[in-house]
This record gives sequence, C-alpha cells and structure tokens, in this order.
Amino acid sequence: MSGPPLEILQLLLLVALAPLLTGFVRKVKARMLGKIGPGLLQPYRDLARLLRKDVVLAPNASWLFRSSPYLIFAAIWFAAAIVPTFANGLVLSRAGDLIAVVALLGTARFVLALAGMDVGTSFGGIGSSREMMIASLAEPAMMMVTFMVALLIQSTSLAHIAAFVLSQGVGIRVSLGLGLASLAMVAIAENARIPVDNPATHLELTMVHEAMVLEYSGRHLALIEAAAMLKLVLYVSLIASIFAPWGMVMGTPDPRGVAIGLASYIGKLAVAGFLLAVFETVIAKMRVFRVAEFLGAALLLAVLAAIFLYVSQGV
Amino acid sequence: MPIRVPAGYDVAHLLDTGVLILSFAFLYHRRLFGILKLYSVQALLLAAAAAWQAYIQEAPHLYITAAIALFFKAITIPIALHRIVLRLKIHRSVETVINIGPTLLVAVALVGLSIWLVLPMTTSSGALTRESLAIALSTVLLGLLMMITRRNAVIQVVGFMSMENGLILAAVGVKGMPLVVELSAAFSVMVAFIIFGIFFFHIRERFDTLDVHDMERFRGESR
Repeated sequence: MSGPPLEILQLLLLVALAPLLTGFVRKVKARMLGKIGPGLLQPYRDLARLLRKDVVLAPNASWLFRSSPYLIFAAIWFAAAIVPTFANGLVLSRAGDLIAVVALLGTARFVLALAGMDVGTSFGGIGSSREMMIASLAEPAMMMVTFMVALLIQSTSLAHIAAFVLSQGVGIRVSLGLGLASLAMVAIAENARIPVDNPATHLELTMVHEAMVLEYSGRHLALIEAAAMLKLVLYVSLIASIFAPWGMVMGTPDPRGVAIGLASYIGKLAVAGFLLAVFETVIAKMRVFRVAEFLGAALLLAVLAAIFLYVSQGV
Repeated sequence: MPIRVPAGYDVAHLLDTGVLILSFAFLYHRRLFGILKLYSVQALLLAAAAAWQAYIQEAPHLYITAAIALFFKAITIPIALHRIVLRLKIHRSVETVINIGPTLLVAVALVGLSIWLVLPMTTSSGALTRESLAIALSTVLLGLLMMITRRNAVIQVVGFMSMENGLILAAVGVKGMPLVVELSAAFSVMVAFIIFGIFFFHIRERFDTLDVHDMERFRGESR
C-alpha cells in the first residue's frame, strides 16, 4: 500500500469511527451511573434517522444557515485528515501543520456561531455568544501548547512532531506533561464536554453547543452532529499523535505495520473514551462564568510548560 | 555514573514540578477541605522528592527528611487541621481578596521572576541544583501569595506550611545541607502549627469568624 490509498483509508476510517467513539463514551457513562444505556451503535442509528428526515427551515433562514453544516463538516473533516492517526507522513499531512488545524477548527466554529445567530432566536444568540467566549479563552491556551511543542521540536508539522517524539529524542519532559494537561483541558472545553458544557442536556440555562444548533433539523442536524463526533476523534488523535505516538506506522507502510498502527490507534481511542467517561462521571458541570478560570488554568499550564522548557534547556 | 544522572535528573525535575503545580492548585481551589487534601498530596510529593534526592546523592540523612515530610506533613498536620476545622464549625468556602484569574497571572509572573533571579546566580552549579532552586523559590513565593490573597486564617496557615515545603525542597536539592538545619526547620514548623491551632480557637472565640478581614475592621484598619 502506498500513500494515497492510506490517506483515503484514514478519511473514511475517521468518519466511520467517530459515532462509535461517542457511543462508547455514552455507554461507559451509563454503566458507571448504574444504567444499561443504549447500544454502541445508537449514534449511527440516530444519524441515519436524521438523514432520512426532511429539513424544516425557518422562513427567515438565509443561505448561510443552509450552507454552514456542509462547511463545518468539511472543515473539521479536513482538519482531521491532517492529524496523523495510525500512520505518519500521509499525503495530506504535508498540506498543513498544527496551526492549520487550529485555524480550520476556528473557521468551523466561526461558521457555526454565525449560523446560530442567523435565524434570530434568542437561544441561538446565547449559544453563539457563549461559544465565542469559550473559544476566545481556549484558543490562546491551544496556541501556547503549539508554541511550546514547536520550541521543543523545532517544527509545527504534526508528522515531524510524532516522528521526533517516537525517536526517543525527548525523555520524561515536564513541559510535555504540562502541555498534555493543558491540551486535555482545551479539548474538554472545545468538545462541549461536561465541566464546560453538557452534551446531553436541553436545559435552557446551561446549554452552549445545543443552543446554537437548536434550529437545525434533518440532514443538516445530522451533519452537525457528525461533525461534533468527528471533532472528538480529532482531538483524541491530536493528543495521541503529539504525546503518545507509539505504534504509528513510520515511513513506507507494509500491511503488518498498518495492522499494528490501526490496532494501537483504536486502542488509544478506547482508552481516551474511557478516561473521558470516567472524568465526566466524577465531575460536576461548572457555572458558565467559572469556565474562564478553567481555561485560564489551561493557559497557565501551557505558559508554565514553556517556562520550564526554557529552564531545562536554558543557559 | 553517566547513565544514571540524566534519568535521576528527569525524575527529580518531575517531582519538583509536581510540588510547584500543587502550589498553583492551592491558588485555584475554593474549598477548605479540598485545599487540605491538596496540601497532603504536596507533602507526599515533597517526601518523594527528598527520598529521590537521597537516592541519587547517596545521602542517607535525606531519608530522615523524607520520613519527617511523610509522617508530619502528609499525615499529621492535614488530619489535625481537618479536625480543627470541624470543631470550629466555620464556613467552609474560601473567600478571596483578589479574583482567582488575576491571582494565577501574578503566580506565573512570580515563577518567571524566581527563574530569572536564580538562573544567573547559580551558573557555576549543576543544572539539577539550579532548577531545584528555581522551583523551590517559586514555591516559597506562591506560598506567600496564598497568604496574601486568602482571607481565611486556616488557608493562610496552609500557605505558610507550603512555603516551608518550598524551603525544604531547596534544602534537599543542594548538596551537603546538614541535617540539623532541616530538623530545626521541621520542628519550628511543628511548634508554629501548635501555636496557630491555639490562636484559631482564641480568634474564633472572640470574633466569631476566621476571616481576617473582620479582625482588620476591629482594629480600625479598614472601613
């Protein structure tokens, strides 16, 4: 197998796995709460049901409202294609680096916030403004982690980062540990997971992401939901490719390497999903105004990571 | 031993940073019992750091420091403070003078300051000593910051104790620190702790609160 088929395999695999990961997280959470919970395949059934249904549009919905689900899904899908998952150095990974991933995610968020305000309902407006507040706090932390990694590895290309970490060039680095904690906090906020937002609620005062997409229905809603699931997979892949790239296929891929890469990647997804479910079960949702402190702490950890990088390399 | 030094360096760095991160966690946390638990974890990490230094420096007296940290600071003091708080029946959410966000910003600035201070002064000594010193100084400064930004007397005592943790961290990082110094530091902290405990009861009896802001008002220092 050469480069392009593997890249196509990655693109299809991510879309195919995303609902499974979401279903897995929900299943583990339900079990921890003493419930049986819906089956692992329930998100697929939900998406299929939404795709079969008609789209109901508000009379004053503009072209922006209709086109944004496609834009959001495309932006997140492309960002996910850049991140190395089971194999390193695929064709598209040369198309962009870590900063490009951040920019693509920012674009998707911008379009979603505009679409939330498009119809003019109050919920959409609240959701959009909260989403923007969270984003304006999460993005500096994410960029700070990016800079820290770039300082350490002298590259922002995800393929180089994964290769460098795999080459044993870095030992147990305090900076990397701090960066991991910071990026995990950002990922929780960006994916609307529990301390920041509750993905399962439709309670008026607490919802952020759900408030923005309240007006969507049918295939539009299916695309937005699929994009949110894909984003979760993207963040897990991102964290895994920077901090735990073990098992990834390097260089010229042979079938055995690809099999090992796939198995380790799915294993990493499962571990991350399990940890996320445990974390969400033991922690309570925080007030919207505490989110600033949560993400401020993420930014602080990233700054500390950069400072310690300077100390351990300095002079 | 050219192979063991880098590995020891990494682990020592990791433990020291863990102590520092817990100092940040103090500044972020809002609940009294949570802070007491965090203090216990910090003392545990301090004990691990001391034991690790004893191992890599081959200095057996540091094991005694580790044991003191483990038994007194990680177990005895948190339990005693916990019981005092229960007996005093005080309000358990913590009032802050400055908001948490600005406090954390100041804290990062203090870490930067201490690194900036320590690095040029210690160019002659090894990298391990230098970093331990920088981290220890930051821990001391963060303990001071915690005493300034919190109004509750119990939290101020925890700030004092974590400051002392920073001093011990500095002492174990430096080669050839005599045991007498550490022992006397440890015992003076124990004495201070007992005095603080007595003071808590007196303050509580007289002012009906452990919020030091109320005492300032009583002395006519603020509004």
